[in-house]
Amino acid sequence: MRKNVFSFMVLAIALALALAVTACGKTASEQGKGAQAPASAQPIKIGVVGPMGFVQGEHHWLGATMVAEEINKAGGIKVGDKMRPVEVVKIDTNEINSVTDAASAVERALTVDKVNFLVGGFRTEAVLAMQEVAMDYKTIFMGCGAAHTELCDRVEKNYDRFKYWFRVTPLNSNLLAKVDFLLLAEAAKALREQLGIQKPKVAHLAEKAAWADPIVAAAEKTIPQMGMELVGTWRPSATATDVTAELNAIKDSGAQIIFATLSGPVGVVVGRQWGELQIPAMPVGIFVEAQKKGWLEATGGKGNYVATMNTYARTAMTDKTISFYDAFVQRSGQFPTYNAGTYEAINILKEAIEKAGTLEADALIKVLESETFIGTAGKLKFDKKHDVTFGPGFVTSVGTQWQDGELVMFWPNGWEGVTYPGAKPYKLAPWLVEKYKKK
Amino acid sequence: MLANIFVVGLLNGCVYALLAAGFSLIFGVGRILHLTHTAYYMLAAYIIFHLIGAAGVSPVPAVFVSVLATTIGGVFFYRLLIEPVREHETTVLIMTLALAMFFQEVMLLIFGGHFRGVPAMVGGFTTIWGVKVTYQYVLSLVTIVFVLTAVWLLLSKTRLGIALRATAQDREVANLMGINVGLTATLAMLIAVALAAIAGAVVSPLYVLEPAMWTHPLVVVLAVVIVGGMGSIKGSIMAAFILAFAETLIVFLVPNGAFLRGAFSLFIMLVVLMLKPEGLYGVFFEGER
Repeated sequence: MRKNVFSFMVLAIALALALAVTACGKTASEQGKGAQAPASAQPIKIGVVGPMGFVQGEHHWLGATMVAEEINKAGGIKVGDKMRPVEVVKIDTNEINSVTDAASAVERALTVDKVNFLVGGFRTEAVLAMQEVAMDYKTIFMGCGAAHTELCDRVEKNYDRFKYWFRVTPLNSNLLAKVDFLLLAEAAKALREQLGIQKPKVAHLAEKAAWADPIVAAAEKTIPQMGMELVGTWRPSATATDVTAELNAIKDSGAQIIFATLSGPVGVVVGRQWGELQIPAMPVGIFVEAQKKGWLEATGGKGNYVATMNTYARTAMTDKTISFYDAFVQRSGQFPTYNAGTYEAINILKEAIEKAGTLEADALIKVLESETFIGTAGKLKFDKKHDVTFGPGFVTSVGTQWQDGELVMFWPNGWEGVTYPGAKPYKLAPWLVEKYKKK
Repeated sequence: MLANIFVVGLLNGCVYALLAAGFSLIFGVGRILHLTHTAYYMLAAYIIFHLIGAAGVSPVPAVFVSVLATTIGGVFFYRLLIEPVREHETTVLIMTLALAMFFQEVMLLIFGGHFRGVPAMVGGFTTIWGVKVTYQYVLSLVTIVFVLTAVWLLLSKTRLGIALRATAQDREVANLMGINVGLTATLAMLIAVALAAIAGAVVSPLYVLEPAMWTHPLVVVLAVVIVGGMGSIKGSIMAAFILAFAETLIVFLVPNGAFLRGAFSLFIMLVVLMLKPEGLYGVFFEGER
């Protein structure tokens, strides 16, 4: 009897603690710091949707709160003749673990939090579902994380339903692949010029996820056309905790380049184990984890020489880039990744609202479709699929490489006449140089 | 390629064997399908990460503290939550799964979803039969072999081992023979959680830490104990290596299907069950007593 009473009391205390922690901790929706509405003006509510327990959601939120504070400090957004403040609402979608949770979170944001707009999203599978919910409610949703072409293809296939969707970041999978191959070409150029390897062998290491599939298909056709040999394609799970088998298989294949397409935690495992085992192949491509300031710490210091595409670098892509980059680093201690594109998205919404003079969706869509916006990652112009225009003078992305503990930009460096200030040459890992220079 | 498959499969097999041995022990002795098992592996890894990173503790003391803390915690939760409902199998299943998810959420709250790394205790790499492996991997392998040997000696050469095996074979008769089956089950839980914690300690410098890192090993462990035979530690260890080699085979033979390594090992489990439903060394259900 005494044992039962004791157990019951411990359980009751544990339940009370759990409830208290839940109430004080991360909540499903949370108001933006410094972005509260003054009592007199009705705020414009922007739902920031993302996996808030993970860095992608953190960057969604950081970008959004930064820009909300800036806008409110300057007086708010002019809607007609009224100044209205911005209020950002944190919506935790849990999309990395559950697509259903993500769709429910968006439904709640629109019906309970009653947000006017949505920005964010990360995992393609979840954003496809979230997009459907947003379109049901005819709410403008600006994507800042999911790359699959289907998200924007839907706009063209069924304009009346999907016209409320616009993608701000990242580039779509096809364009990511294009830049990816341009970065691959830089690595191959270094191998040719420095080690005399005229036909580099490439191993494609792409996580098994929807967004990577188009890149895998494209690589099979494109790599041979680039004068290289594709020796194999390895598709580990995005959450794989060990890739020793894959890396040893890649080593045995004789590959000199590991063409990576990795956004999940497997990227950290690859970076770490590649560096520990000193696999003689240069990793280049998309390593989302390598875009982060904590990359070297997460890889135990072994992730040097990993090169990744990036949306941002501390370089003057436009005259807004460096101030945004520095402010983000100062505020968060982290480098901004493409998920911080919520900063851009909300600024674009602001410009569109002020031009249209209304929050009415159709009027805003007309402005968003016709105008060009100067952002932090380039000049943004939405095409007919509501995707950003790629190319010199617009958005290009950058290639960055970890060199001696720093994330430096190595591309574009003369590509189609584009060179951003501060670009450095691509560097080969010393063990690769040692292996091939002996030959 | 054969050398690759052997070396890499051996290493992964050892990790699975250590996890499966503890899981099998607690099922055999306590008849508890302990779904929290791999969550203790996750907890131990995070405690080491915190001790080494934030508290600046050296790796070896951090490992000891982590294993001790996790083991004490595991026994505490067993006595508090699981032992009272031990006879109700469905309740135990739900309780242990809920506890695992609770631990995951607590880690998510404290550490966030960031992917963490624990520094290797030993740096550098070596080449075994042409296969590159880190010294940390070799250290982990040696540690696991040592621990599994210690478990075998405990079970086969000590009075406690006799009590554990007797209780696993027949609880009622063991009770009649004067063995305190309640205490024996608690000790089995203690050993099982300690084994899971040691697994977490040895793999934390090898793998990436994140709150959901317990889920894949749980699937593998379930497959391993089913293939090996529920309650058979010998069977679990053998099955661990079979499934680890199967996973490694897939990576080398079908690189494009590397993500299927987990599914392939479950397929192997289904094939074994179709041919031998009780598993490799398990007792056929009706004849259990």
